[in-house]
Amino acid sequence: MSEPTKAPAASAGSRAATKKELPEHFKSYKHVWVFIEQERGQVHPVSWELMGAGRKLADKLNVELAAVVIGPEGESTAQAAAEAFCYGADLAYMVADPLLTDYRNEAYTKALTDVVNTYQPEILLLGATTLGRDLAGSVATTLLTGLTADCTELDVDTDGSLAATRPTFGGSLLCTIYTLNYRPQMATVRPRVMPMPERVEHPVGRIITHPLGLVEDDIVTKVLSFLPDRDSAKSNLAFADVVVAGGLGLGSPENFQLVRQLASVLGAEYGCSRPLVQKGWVTSDRQIGQTGKTIRPKLYIAAGISGAIQHRVGVEGSDLIVAINTDKNAPIFEFAHVGIVTDAIRLLPALTEAFRARLSPHSRDRIAS
Amino acid sequence: MHIVVCIKQVPDSAQIRVHPVTNTIMRQGVPTIINPYDLFALEAALALRDQHGGEVTVLTMGPPSAADSLRKALTFGADRAVLLTDRFFAGADTLATTYALATAIRKIGETFGAPDLVFTGKQTIDGDTAQVGPGVAKRLGLLQLTYVAKISALDLDNKTIEAERRSEGGVQILQTRLPCLITMLEATNEIRRGGMADALRAARAEVVTWSAKDAGVEDITKCGLRGSPTIVKRVFAPQARAEKATMVDFSDTPPADALIAELFKRQPKLETELATLARGY
Repeated sequence: MSEPTKAPAASAGSRAATKKELPEHFKSYKHVWVFIEQERGQVHPVSWELMGAGRKLADKLNVELAAVVIGPEGESTAQAAAEAFCYGADLAYMVADPLLTDYRNEAYTKALTDVVNTYQPEILLLGATTLGRDLAGSVATTLLTGLTADCTELDVDTDGSLAATRPTFGGSLLCTIYTLNYRPQMATVRPRVMPMPERVEHPVGRIITHPLGLVEDDIVTKVLSFLPDRDSAKSNLAFADVVVAGGLGLGSPENFQLVRQLASVLGAEYGCSRPLVQKGWVTSDRQIGQTGKTIRPKLYIAAGISGAIQHRVGVEGSDLIVAINTDKNAPIFEFAHVGIVTDAIRLLPALTEAFRARLSPHSRDRIAS
Repeated sequence: MHIVVCIKQVPDSAQIRVHPVTNTIMRQGVPTIINPYDLFALEAALALRDQHGGEVTVLTMGPPSAADSLRKALTFGADRAVLLTDRFFAGADTLATTYALATAIRKIGETFGAPDLVFTGKQTIDGDTAQVGPGVAKRLGLLQLTYVAKISALDLDNKTIEAERRSEGGVQILQTRLPCLITMLEATNEIRRGGMADALRAARAEVVTWSAKDAGVEDITKCGLRGSPTIVKRVFAPQARAEKATMVDFSDTPPADALIAELFKRQPKLETELATLARGY
């Protein structure tokens, strides 16, 4: 029997109905914070994307937007704080200490928890990266507050609560989650899900520094070394202008080369939907969707991908979505711009040849003349 | 050495369908599986046990039917299975889940020996939060190593462990002290096929089944829906885009040509942009 989706909403609704007023000690919690993630002197772009989202929430609530910068003492951390003002911060909290040179859960959890307990924000946003998720889970559990992962939309409700929307049920539906009686309301967002806000030159504003209050002996975990990824090993999927991806409709792992061939002719990156990673046909760094990469290319070609929400949320920011699928009722046609109902296995090689012919310098000369 | 592995029974997400008319989840007949990410945690734990001796206890929280997943874990070679099941646990968000699991792990420690390691998968395929591992670690006061690709050294005498942790831009080689909690990265190993002996043992094995009270839960208000700071207010299907997709008609042109013509008609700049990109390769 199918279960009405109202079920969770109804049971939650009864909780919402019995919602007591926000406990007295949480009423002083104000302002929106974004955790600025740095690794080895580099700010992760997701932090600036979150500043854009945080700015909108702060404006709606008529409160301040603060950046929380945690890192080693010195130039890079100060620079990250200064940069936050160019992305809309009203102020920055800074914990700078040599012990924070490398990310370690213990030290970063203490730093962020202390700043939250001292300055009491109502909303705290973090990037859903390996660092952000490691940290957010520890901080939320320490604070005993709610944390909503991988949000695709953040908004403020009429009563001032954070409405955090994310895919649910393995990515087949969306749900909106609230943290009503606890503060701060915490949420993570994956890289590239929010648009990058415009950087506006801005003088450094108010910076409030906070001590870490640890010595090295307090931190059990040691970083023995760090092996940076070779550039050649990184896929540029998230930032590519053109992406070609394949799904289960390709029928076999061998057919995935048809996707790679088209990508190669277009100078594009290639990707896949989640089932292909689960089946082991393609490596996980190529997965597009909620639990993989979010892409924002000029052209996205999806071959044999049905278009579950889990996939949809990862590609919706594309300028032009082209769907190839044998099933004219596939959900992907509900958000594609251009669709073609045919077998991707047959169309992909033809498309590769046709693009090759049109895009080769020779044919371009001919068109020009 | 005693290792506890937390697993979750999840619906096979590839098989979930939404009813096209009523927009409801059709759960009937959807098979359940062990969360695929948890199998990497289980295999890592079994491999450490084989190397260093000791026992592996698998733990899950869920309805009574979640015992199926525990039995499956026993067939892979786990030594003991504990099922935490109680209506008080229903509706738990990640914070309430970590309370229940942490309480049960403490009880497992008292009953079967204190764990040296606790393993989880990096996340589940139904919730996809990756929050429960770090939350359980925090509740138990354990050190945590998340997104672990490889355990490079384990010294039980000195109670230290070395592991490779995936970070955004590379790999951190970390050393920490036992006991600790590890969330295992996917595709880092392959779950073994259990032998006949394991299958027979699993069929006969008793799954230790605990209610909230059995597990030592003292404060029922920290469990399930009541213990969850987050509430789901609304569940909905996403709206179709207002503008319908242009469906390419290829009744009198080869489909590839028809499609390309439509793309360039729609975005005339695309042809130049593609040509520039293609030249770069």
